[in-house]
Amino acid sequence: MDAFQQFLGSVFGDGASLVWTILKIMAIVAPLMAAVAYLTYFERKVIGYMQVRIGPNRVGYWGLLQPIADAVKLMFKEIIIPAGADRSLFLIAPMLAIVPALAAWAVLPFSDTLILADVDASLLYVMAIASLGVYGIILAGWASNSKYAFLGAMRSAAQLISYEVAMGMALITVLMVSNSLNLHDIVRAQGQGVFVDYGAGFLSWNWLPLLPMFVVYLVSGVAETNRAPFDMAEGEAEIVAGFHVEYSGMAFAIFFLAEYANMILISALTSLLFLGGWLSPVGFLPDSIFWLLAKISAVLFFFLWIRATFPRYRYDQVMRLGWKVFIPLCIVWIVVVGCWMMSPLNIWK
Amino acid sequence: MDFKSFVFYFFSTILVLASLRVITARNPVHAVLFLVLAFVSGGGIWLLLDAEFLAMTLILVYVGAVMVLFLFVVMMLDINLDRLREGFWSYLPLGATVGALMALEMGVILGGSYLNLFESSVPSAASESNVKAIGRLIYTDYVYPFELASVILLVGIVAAIALTGRKRKPTKAIDPARQVLVKASDRLRIISMPAEKKE
Repeated sequence: MDAFQQFLGSVFGDGASLVWTILKIMAIVAPLMAAVAYLTYFERKVIGYMQVRIGPNRVGYWGLLQPIADAVKLMFKEIIIPAGADRSLFLIAPMLAIVPALAAWAVLPFSDTLILADVDASLLYVMAIASLGVYGIILAGWASNSKYAFLGAMRSAAQLISYEVAMGMALITVLMVSNSLNLHDIVRAQGQGVFVDYGAGFLSWNWLPLLPMFVVYLVSGVAETNRAPFDMAEGEAEIVAGFHVEYSGMAFAIFFLAEYANMILISALTSLLFLGGWLSPVGFLPDSIFWLLAKISAVLFFFLWIRATFPRYRYDQVMRLGWKVFIPLCIVWIVVVGCWMMSPLNIWK
Repeated sequence: MDFKSFVFYFFSTILVLASLRVITARNPVHAVLFLVLAFVSGGGIWLLLDAEFLAMTLILVYVGAVMVLFLFVVMMLDINLDRLREGFWSYLPLGATVGALMALEMGVILGGSYLNLFESSVPSAASESNVKAIGRLIYTDYVYPFELASVILLVGIVAAIALTGRKRKPTKAIDPARQVLVKASDRLRIISMPAEKKE
């Protein structure tokens, strides 16, 4: 690695650090895009088996080339711009949807040393960037100049804002117990505790002491990414396909990519904040990035599992769950954790 | 020009242009989006000043929540631009006065160091994390103003709910006792009407 950096320094001179950063960004984004493509395959296979079907099995062995075929198909399709649409906003909207899903990865640590930007308030940064994702959806709905798209955008924007509040509240307890806004420190704080000394590190991760917040975060994450059973924005039976009903070809594909990239992002955040990130669950195995990847995959499987299991919520029920169940629960739990930390039973010293 | 000042001028240029477009854009939705752009560039400038907490909060609260709701409202409204322009000349004196006052205030603030208004120039960045420093101050030295501000916000929330909340009849359940007691005269009206003749 050092030799490579020296080589870069000899080729690019002063610009070497810039080139090195760009290479690191590519090292994050390229596998992420591949993961997004294969997440669609994984989803179709998992849901297929859950519904006693086989899923895609025509392109390549076990259908493994299906995502590639889909991508090629979408790339060669025409992007149709509706007659009454606001042209520039119509084209900017998909970009606004995908950029936040990718930009948030800049501060995510992958292991003790693998991190692009180790900033102090990285969790705040992730929340700020994630809150921008709603613009892509709301603008897509408005710029399409279509009633279905507009209704879908309104629904989805209202839902995103509601669940963002619950998510932020759930994170407050995590910040309290780890005494930091830095994702790296949050993971490191989970590697300490009584159970770690016994070799059962997975019991000292945040999910156990903050179990209600873990559940709130996970469910809000599903709602935040507009996934079933909270996919009000799509609701095929009511509003056709929601905000992207007028999009075709690559513009549609970008929304698709953004949704799956957001899923992976939420899974990664859940793994880092509640499931100990790259920490090994048991004492006799070393910590490594593979644990993080395994945890992300497990959370993603959970996303697909509930999509195959639960029917879609009604819209007012979604709103009630967010505002009247999760937010009061979070507020109470913040007080409970605060009292717990001040009491002699404090386990986060 | 070092890289930092280049970034500063880059953000400032975008900020000024976006702010100009906010008041000149014909389409209100575009105007709101330019305001969002202005907020984001403002956040970038704050980041340059090491005020990362303020920058993130600006984006999280204003861009992520306030402007989205604003956009909601603007999209829903059917704004007629010609009607909006009608009273331009009659409102101009008032608007010009307010604008001149604001320009004067900004001038005083920006020229403050020249006029020796401030005790020190820009405060130096604290060594500890920005968030910690703000949190410590809010919950110790400024706890009463902070609580007061939160109470004012709470009053705002209560007022908004009181203004918009409507009492609705919770259910449409029927009382069987009243149903049984219904007489024909409550529901039915018999009108005697002379037969119409064919002309």
